[in-house]
Amino acid sequence: MKLNSGAKVGSGEIQPTFAHRISTVLYSKPKLRLRLLLAAPVTWLGLVYIAALLALLITAFYTVDSFTGDLKPGFALDNFISLFTDSLYRAVTFRTIGIAFGVTVVDVLLALPIAFFMAKIASPKLRGVLVISILMPLWASYLVKAYAWRSVLSNVGVFAWLLRPLGLDTPGYSLLGAGITLGYLWLPYVILPIYSSLEKVPNNLLEASSDLGAKTWGTIRRIVFPLILPGIVAGSIFAFSLTLGDYITINIVGGANQMLGNLVYTNVGVANNLPMAAAIALVPVVIMFGYLTAVRKTGALDNL
Amino acid sequence: MAKASPAITLRGVTKSFGKTVAVNHLDLEIGSGEFFSMLGPSGSGKTTVLRLIAGFELPDAGTIELAGTDVTNLAPFDRDVNTVFQDYALFGHMSVLENVEYGLRVRKVNKAERTKRAMHALETVRLADFADRKPSQLSGGQRQRVALARSIVVEPKVLLLDEPLGALDMKLREQMQIELKQLQRQLGITFIFVTHDQEEALTLSDRIAVFNNGTIEQLGTPEELYEKPKSEFVAGFVGTSNIFTPEQSKKLFGKSGKFALRPEKVDVLAKAKSGSLSAKVEEVIYLGSYIRLLLDVDGISIKVTVSEGVFHRDQTVQINMSAADLVAL
Repeated sequence: MKLNSGAKVGSGEIQPTFAHRISTVLYSKPKLRLRLLLAAPVTWLGLVYIAALLALLITAFYTVDSFTGDLKPGFALDNFISLFTDSLYRAVTFRTIGIAFGVTVVDVLLALPIAFFMAKIASPKLRGVLVISILMPLWASYLVKAYAWRSVLSNVGVFAWLLRPLGLDTPGYSLLGAGITLGYLWLPYVILPIYSSLEKVPNNLLEASSDLGAKTWGTIRRIVFPLILPGIVAGSIFAFSLTLGDYITINIVGGANQMLGNLVYTNVGVANNLPMAAAIALVPVVIMFGYLTAVRKTGALDNL
Repeated sequence: MAKASPAITLRGVTKSFGKTVAVNHLDLEIGSGEFFSMLGPSGSGKTTVLRLIAGFELPDAGTIELAGTDVTNLAPFDRDVNTVFQDYALFGHMSVLENVEYGLRVRKVNKAERTKRAMHALETVRLADFADRKPSQLSGGQRQRVALARSIVVEPKVLLLDEPLGALDMKLREQMQIELKQLQRQLGITFIFVTHDQEEALTLSDRIAVFNNGTIEQLGTPEELYEKPKSEFVAGFVGTSNIFTPEQSKKLFGKSGKFALRPEKVDVLAKAKSGSLSAKVEEVIYLGSYIRLLLDVDGISIKVTVSEGVFHRDQTVQINMSAADLVAL
C-alpha cells in the first residue's frame, strides 16, 4: 500500500524501522532493559567507589622501607598499632570526633527551627526565597567561605567588634573558631533533609495531636520528632562525615590544631608514609560505619 | 434540646483569609446531644466553621462558647471538642492501639487505665482485633473507625466530623452512616457533621444548616429543608428541584412569582385529563428504584421522577402538576 504522508493511523501495516525493532526487543526483555540501564552507574560505582576503598584498606596494611622510602606490600599491623598507641594519633582522633559531634549537634539544633519555619509557617513565596538563600552559599567556593570566616574571626573582625563591648572576645583561630566555621559550612546540608522530611508531615497530624490534648512540646516530641528522625539522621550524617574528613578549614581558622585530615595530608606529603595515611583515613570510615549501624538499629532509617 | 445551655453558641463569628470572607457574621446555636450537619458546596465556609469550633482557626470577630463557656481564644488542646478528620490524620508511626491511646497518654492517664479505655473504644467501633496493626495495614473504612475511636476515647462533649465519609466508596459509606448514627445515640454527645453530600445530611441529621458564601442560607430539620426550601439555592442543593421563573410559573400555573417543585410531585398520567399538560420526553435515565425523565413542556424543561413505567425518547406523555405542591421562593 502507498503511504501519502507519513504513517497512516490505523492502517494496520506499520513497516518496522530498526529503532522500532530494538524497542520491541527491549520491551519483551525486562532483565536486559534493567542491565542496560544500570551498566554504566554500576561499573562506575564498582571501579571508583568500591575499588578505591578496597585499595585504601589494602594499602593500610603495607609498610614503608625506612631507608629507601619504597612501599613494602604485605600484611603488617604496624600502622594500626601506632594509630592506637601513639598519643598524637589518639588525641587527634578524639579531637576530630569531638568537633564533628559538636558541629553536628549545633547544626541540628539550628536547622530544626529554621526547617520548621520554612516547611510549616512560611508562605509559599517566602519558602522559595528561603530555600534559595540556603542553597546560595553552596554556590560559593568552600575556600572563599573559610577565608571569609578567617576575617570574621580575626582580632579586628566582626566577632571581636561585636563581642568586645560585652566583655567577651572573638574565639580567634582556635578549635572553637574551626567548629563555628565548619558548623556554618555544613548547615545547608542539615537544613535541607530536615526541611524535606518536615514538609512531608501532614499539617493535620499536628492539628490532630493538638486536638487530642497535646501541647506544643508534646506534639513535637511524640509526632513531629519520630516522623522527621530520618531527615535529622541524614543531616547529621552530612555534618558529621564532612567534619570528620575536613583538613582545610582547620588549617585556615584552627590555628595550630590538627584534625585527622591533616594527619593524612602530612603522611601522604611530608612524611611520605602512604600506608599510615591510609590507616588514618580508615578511622572516619569505621566511625561512620559504626554510626550508621547504630542509627539503623534504632529503626530511624526504616521509613526513608 | 436543653435550651438552657446549648453545646455550642457562635455569635457574630467572622473569619477571612486574605480578601476571601470564609465565614461572614455567623450566629449559630447547636443543642446538646444533637446530630447537627453543616451542608454546602466547597468553599461555602462550613469547614471553616468546624475549624473555628475546634480551635484550629481563630475568628477575626465574634465569640464561640462551648456549653456556656467562652472558648473563643483557647487553643485546641484546651477545648472539650474532638475532630474526626477528612483523611483521618492517623499517626502512621504508631499502632492502632497507640493511636487511640494518644489522647489519654498526653493526659497522663496511667498505662493500664488507658489501654483498658482504648480497647473499649476499639470494641465500640468493632476493631479490637486490629489493635496491634499499623494504620497503613487497614482499609479506608477501618481507618475511619480508628479515627472515630481515637476521638471518642477522650469523651469529648462535642464531636466534630469533617466530611468523614468522603473518601469511602458508596457501600461502605451507607454502612458507616448507620454506624455513626448508632454511635451518636449510644454516646449521647453532640455530633457536628460537615458534608457536601445532601443525601448524607438528610439521612443522619436532627438539624441541618445549609451554607452558602460564608453564611447560613437556611437552618432546619431535614423535612423542613426538603419540603419548604426558602431559596433557590436550598431548593437546588437539597435534593433536586424544578425552579420556575415568574414567566414560566405564569404560563404553567397562572401564578406570579418564582417557585420550586420537586420532581416526584409531578404525576405522569396514562391518559389526558382536565388540567393535564402534554410533554415530550427528552431524556430517560434509569436508576433502578426509580426513573428520571427530562420533559419538555412548551419549551420549559421539567425534571420528573417516577417509580415505574416504560419510556423512550421523543415519546409524548401527559403530566399533571398541582399548584399546591409549589414552594414559593
